[in-house]
Amino acid sequence: MSAYRSVREFDWLMLVLSSAICALGVLQIFSATHDTHYSDAWWKQVIWILAGFVAMWITTLIDYHTLLGQVPILYGLSVATLIATYVLGMSAFGSRRWIGTTSYHLQVSEFVKLVVVLLVARYMTELKTEQFELIDLLKLGGLVALPAGLVMLQPDLGTALTYFPILVGGIFLAGLRWQYAVAIVVVVALVMPVAYFVVLKDYQRARVISFLDPSQDPKGSGYQVIQSKIAVGAGALWGRGVTKGTQTQGRFLPVPHKDFIFSAFAEEHGFVGVIVVLGLYFLLLMQIVQNAQTAPDRAGMYICMGIATLLLFHVLVNVGMVVGRMPVTGIPLPLMSSGGSNVLAIFMMLGLVNNVRLRRFVN
Amino acid sequence: MKLHADREEHRLSANGLLRDDTKFASGKIAFFQYATVGVFLFLITGFWELQVRNPEMYQERAMQNSIKAIPVLAPRGKILDRDGRVIVDNHSSFSLFLTRENLKMEHLKPIAEGLNIDYDSLVARVKRFQSRGAPQYQPIAIKEELTPAELAFVDSHKDADTFPEMEIIRVQHRLYPRDGLAAHAVGYVGEVSEAELNTPEFARFHQGDVIGKDGIEREYNDLLMGVDGQRRVEVDSFGNERGVLAEDKEAIPGKSLQLTIDLDLQAVAELTLENRRGAVVALDPRSGEVLAMVSRPAFDPNLFAGRIRSKDWNDLVNNPAHPLMNRAIQAQQAPGSTFKPIMLLAGLETGAIDDNFHVNCPGGANFYGRFFKCWGKHGTVGIHEALVHSCDTFFYNVANRMDIDDIARYAEMVGYGHKTGIDLPHEADGVVPSRKWKIRNFREKWYPGENISVGIGQGATTVTPLQMASAIGGIAMGGMWFQPHLIRDAVHLMPARRTQVNLDNIRKVKSGMYGVVNEGGTGVRARIPGIDVCGKTGSAQLVSNDAIRAGFKQGKDMKDNAWFVGFAPCDAPEIVVATLFENGEHGQLAAPIVRDVMKAYFDKKQRLSQQPREQIASLPPIPGQLLRPPTAVPPPAGASNP
Repeated sequence: MSAYRSVREFDWLMLVLSSAICALGVLQIFSATHDTHYSDAWWKQVIWILAGFVAMWITTLIDYHTLLGQVPILYGLSVATLIATYVLGMSAFGSRRWIGTTSYHLQVSEFVKLVVVLLVARYMTELKTEQFELIDLLKLGGLVALPAGLVMLQPDLGTALTYFPILVGGIFLAGLRWQYAVAIVVVVALVMPVAYFVVLKDYQRARVISFLDPSQDPKGSGYQVIQSKIAVGAGALWGRGVTKGTQTQGRFLPVPHKDFIFSAFAEEHGFVGVIVVLGLYFLLLMQIVQNAQTAPDRAGMYICMGIATLLLFHVLVNVGMVVGRMPVTGIPLPLMSSGGSNVLAIFMMLGLVNNVRLRRFVN
Repeated sequence: MKLHADREEHRLSANGLLRDDTKFASGKIAFFQYATVGVFLFLITGFWELQVRNPEMYQERAMQNSIKAIPVLAPRGKILDRDGRVIVDNHSSFSLFLTRENLKMEHLKPIAEGLNIDYDSLVARVKRFQSRGAPQYQPIAIKEELTPAELAFVDSHKDADTFPEMEIIRVQHRLYPRDGLAAHAVGYVGEVSEAELNTPEFARFHQGDVIGKDGIEREYNDLLMGVDGQRRVEVDSFGNERGVLAEDKEAIPGKSLQLTIDLDLQAVAELTLENRRGAVVALDPRSGEVLAMVSRPAFDPNLFAGRIRSKDWNDLVNNPAHPLMNRAIQAQQAPGSTFKPIMLLAGLETGAIDDNFHVNCPGGANFYGRFFKCWGKHGTVGIHEALVHSCDTFFYNVANRMDIDDIARYAEMVGYGHKTGIDLPHEADGVVPSRKWKIRNFREKWYPGENISVGIGQGATTVTPLQMASAIGGIAMGGMWFQPHLIRDAVHLMPARRTQVNLDNIRKVKSGMYGVVNEGGTGVRARIPGIDVCGKTGSAQLVSNDAIRAGFKQGKDMKDNAWFVGFAPCDAPEIVVATLFENGEHGQLAAPIVRDVMKAYFDKKQRLSQQPREQIASLPPIPGQLLRPPTAVPPPAGASNP
């Protein structure tokens, strides 16, 4: 068991990068909501970010090996809570994602991401062989699919999908025989059409269709994509200024402080602002990857890489959706989108990365 | 922790290392880094495409989303009477428009149902706007004078997700006097029609423009109309206004117009004519100003103020009494005996007769083998008695002694046979028969026998009430004709037309007309104690009029038209009034109408002279005022004066 070394070893760069992204997020939340009845969203977000710092500190302190030891309990707890959420959880926006009272509700599925990261890391470090075998794939795949399936039932396809990149990233690092990789691709190709017609709900199918051709139904599902692209394009090089974007202020953009916050940001801050924020995300990811490279053991490496993969997936899907290059899945942009659970979960992940970093010189 | 410890042990034994090693993954981590770079490039190219390559397109679309152009309709100018009293005003109401940027045809059905509009005509209307290529910002008015319930319907449905094309605009509607007061002179407004847009006069208007359709409203449309403005507002996706943009275009209200009409006289004329079919025109012969102009039956111009319902329109158009016709300038009827003063003047001027000319009237006379009847037996009559008692036999003889072209020349001199040039659309010319006229219209030469009936204002001669008032007024003024007009401060393009008429002859004509009213003639009913009223009755047979064209056609509508034209005071005329009373049998019945209008005029004059005339807000003159130049008529060339 390694000891915590020094405050100087803390990853200050990562903290600065994430704080900068959060600050821009708060600014954009303010701009998008200042004259609506969500106008208190920005300071709520500030409180969540402060809470996130505390959560990060706590997750930094507890040795990640200890956490890995508790994975069976954490996993069991997650599955149980997800079932409870499904059975008891309150309904918000037609789906059951939240648990708690009306003013403090936590989205359980956000925290399950952490558990999935730990689960994959532990499973990979405990491999009996150097190769990731088919049986491992089925076992681990099943372990990830169970909570994912429960989240999908809520129904929250977007969040459920975020669990799989962690799995795929882990498998990629562990090394999978190329035969298996081919087999997976074939199976997915076969399952996808079935899933499309059997598993997906009507509105989800509509999202897929509108992703492929937004102009087909401009007032329905395609509306969000079209309005988002208009907002981004209207921002041009320098943007239209804080609280000056007509797409954002006129509420042509759907949820401009949550899922489409980057669209609002792009309208008001332009291409230059976009480059700045994407640059911050890129540096943050690279910093996490760097921590993975210097991790003291495989477990630490898997944790960092799992988190990096998850964040990359979030950025890709959310920002890609904003410019019409990804379907509308309704997953938030990490650290920017308004929403407590997501902010807390992301900061806890960053705490885990720090956790790994602080223990890298342990002998 | 036990599990973990086991694992550690396993690794140690396998690799001989103190801690498990992560080197095996370094290549894959590098691959992840490259993949991350790839993902970010993929995203950035997306933004590049939208924000740098063609931002204009998206800015344009963002603007279409959020900027809504709302027309600000300019109110038309008011129409005032000569004392500044309001005849035509505006009142504001709410109209529903459909903006065309976001108009969807499939929305028309529920909108029509929600507001009780006929769906088919709504679709037809929208299609007409689209086919016309009216400017895109010009919205389509679909319902006027919205009720509170309809306003509520629109308010609750005009959000972005329902019917964002619905727009309520405050409009100024014309408010005309009730009971059709001065309706024909003032005219009415209406939406420019499809047919009108195809004519050069209206080509500059756009579908949906409300323009003057008749009367003063049409004649002075450009002054009254004003220029519509435009308000550009920013809206959110629910259609709520978020702010007004700076680039507003103010509406320029139309100019107010002051008429020469005197509402007091107009009201009296309207009342005295009651519901009889006919017209009254009162002029100031000293200036040509129209003091009153009535045509009955009238219509309610307020029906046109919005968009007229097709039922109302059909009722007006199919009404056999033709209420839309302005009889004051459009009824062309034989002048009958009111033509006799002009005949007398023509006879004296050409020397066909002189002061001593006398005729014996046994109740008619034979000309060209045919008996022409007089309405009475007058015995021996001279020029004075002939006019006083309206002896037909006398004027048959005058006509018989004259050449038809001389008669025509004098008829044209007083203004018959061509438009007076009054500032109203659709004025009729009337007919003055002559040799040329007969050749042109019938390809026949003139027979001297046709002179006879022309002498008593029958035959082909037709005049309008306005022409008659103007003609007699000009004679009363000693041979000076002012162009009749309805607008004050009009700059005359045409100066008064003066002719070389022997004033002595004029005096004899006026003396005869004085006798008509004051010496027991046919017009005694026009007498006003204390005022020297002159006048002349007329009873024009419709059958002889028609006989020229279609032979006899007897019917109850073929009763004689009654005329009366009078002026006062005799020596210095201030007012001339002509009345046509269709199927009124005899001119005596028309005389009281003229009397009442004149009495109102002189009563008012007296009232005003007793109390200091109150300050009347006079309007600034309208620059470059345009009265249509009347057709210039050269004074009769052969006017030989004895």
